[in-house]
Amino acid sequence: MCLGIPGKIESVYEDHGTKMAKIDFGGVLREACIEVIPEAKPGDWTIVHAGFALNLLSEEEARETLDILEQMSELAELEDQEHSG
Amino acid sequence: MAEQTPDFLAGYRNAKLVKTVLAEIHQTVTQPWTLMEICGGQTHAIMQYGLDQLLPPEIELVHGPGCPVCVTSLELIDQALMIAKQPDVIFTSFGDMLRVPGSKEDLFSIRAAGGQVRVVYSPMDAVKIAAENPDKQIVFFAIGFETTAPANAMAVIQAEKMGLDNFSILPANVLVPPAMHAILSSPNNRIQGFLAAGHVCAIMGYWEYPPIAEQYQTPMAVTGFEPLDLVEGILQTVKMLEEGRVAVENAYSRVVTYEGNKIAQAMLAKVFKPVDRNWRGIGTIPLSGYGLQEAYQQFDATQRFDTGSIQTEESKICIAGQVLQGIKKPSECPAFGTLCTPQTPLGAPMVSSEGACAAYYRYGRKKS
Ligand code: SF4
Repeated sequence: MCLGIPGKIESVYEDHGTKMAKIDFGGVLREACIEVIPEAKPGDWTIVHAGFALNLLSEEEARETLDILEQMSELAELEDQEHSG
Repeated sequence: MAEQTPDFLAGYRNAKLVKTVLAEIHQTVTQPWTLMEICGGQTHAIMQYGLDQLLPPEIELVHGPGCPVCVTSLELIDQALMIAKQPDVIFTSFGDMLRVPGSKEDLFSIRAAGGQVRVVYSPMDAVKIAAENPDKQIVFFAIGFETTAPANAMAVIQAEKMGLDNFSILPANVLVPPAMHAILSSPNNRIQGFLAAGHVCAIMGYWEYPPIAEQYQTPMAVTGFEPLDLVEGILQTVKMLEEGRVAVENAYSRVVTYEGNKIAQAMLAKVFKPVDRNWRGIGTIPLSGYGLQEAYQQFDATQRFDTGSIQTEESKICIAGQVLQGIKKPSECPAFGTLCTPQTPLGAPMVSSEGACAAYYRYGRKKS
């Protein structure tokens, strides 16, 4: 129910004064309401739930978390090699 | 679709990284801990990826009440059924709701008997149906947690803007913090740490949680939905428990901030007000739901339709209440997988795509 799907904003427009966007979900274009992320612009990532964008998705934060984990994982591999070697 | 997922998101399903975090969980744990994931979507992801089976045996995951379809009270379902049966009504709902058993029937059977029940993907679609059918009354079953509440509020605002007097909602939203209080203050409580639901926090932030964590000495981590998010949330919570630290941490920082989405929160406060709500199988939790503000009362379907006096009747066998409070596992229910299956559900947790019973059935967790 609370599942949100990440998508990339293609274009923004208005419908009866409500902010809307066309959003690309892995190649499938759908409309969603972006009333609560008025700063959103084409190229931004967002999380959409029930046709409604919940928040912007920070690509920078996403990469940072992954980078830290990648490093952890490489360290762990090194340690494994040391133990077995 | 998969090959089009950008690398910065695909990484959250990277098996090597998940294994690294799992290894750290194994290293960190020195004693048994019981964690609850609030959100039913997370319960399903955990089962689907088999994460529950990869965790150290000391960690028990208990499934929370975060399945809106499951906790919507029998009274509300029976009210929905009564409204849906009326001529000139088009009753709109998320698809999950159609097979949830009411006292005697479900929305699906009403549709089969000729009632106009339509599945919508978004509450905004229901507003569109209202604009296209001026001679019909369109009612939307406004269920969901804080994640869905802004979309529900937006539908009401949009209907008002468009001057639609044939649109109303059956307010059924529920709220997470009051449910946390109810769980943690229960004499049966076993929960020592929470995975807070990421998309609820995308809207609400997590400023509401530190006082709860403090009051019950229960650490929490805001957690997302991908396998890597889930193990990260578990790791952060277990670390706090092992260190004897009580805090609320954020393991879903790419979507969630401490403050949450202020514009969405303002929209919620404009349209809704907290009201006492009855949770199916659990009972009434004070100020745990959203009702419409005075200014939006005309969009309340319960004011528009006479739903009379409803006599509800629950299945005698179903132990959904205990399952939803984390007291029992679905596999401990005598009806699980025999009398009660997704084809013949006795309770909502077997119907909903987020229900714990459906997750256990689908992913073959027969024995506890
Ligand atoms: S298995 Fe079926 S009867 Fe048992 S608690 Fe779950 S929904 Fe209810």
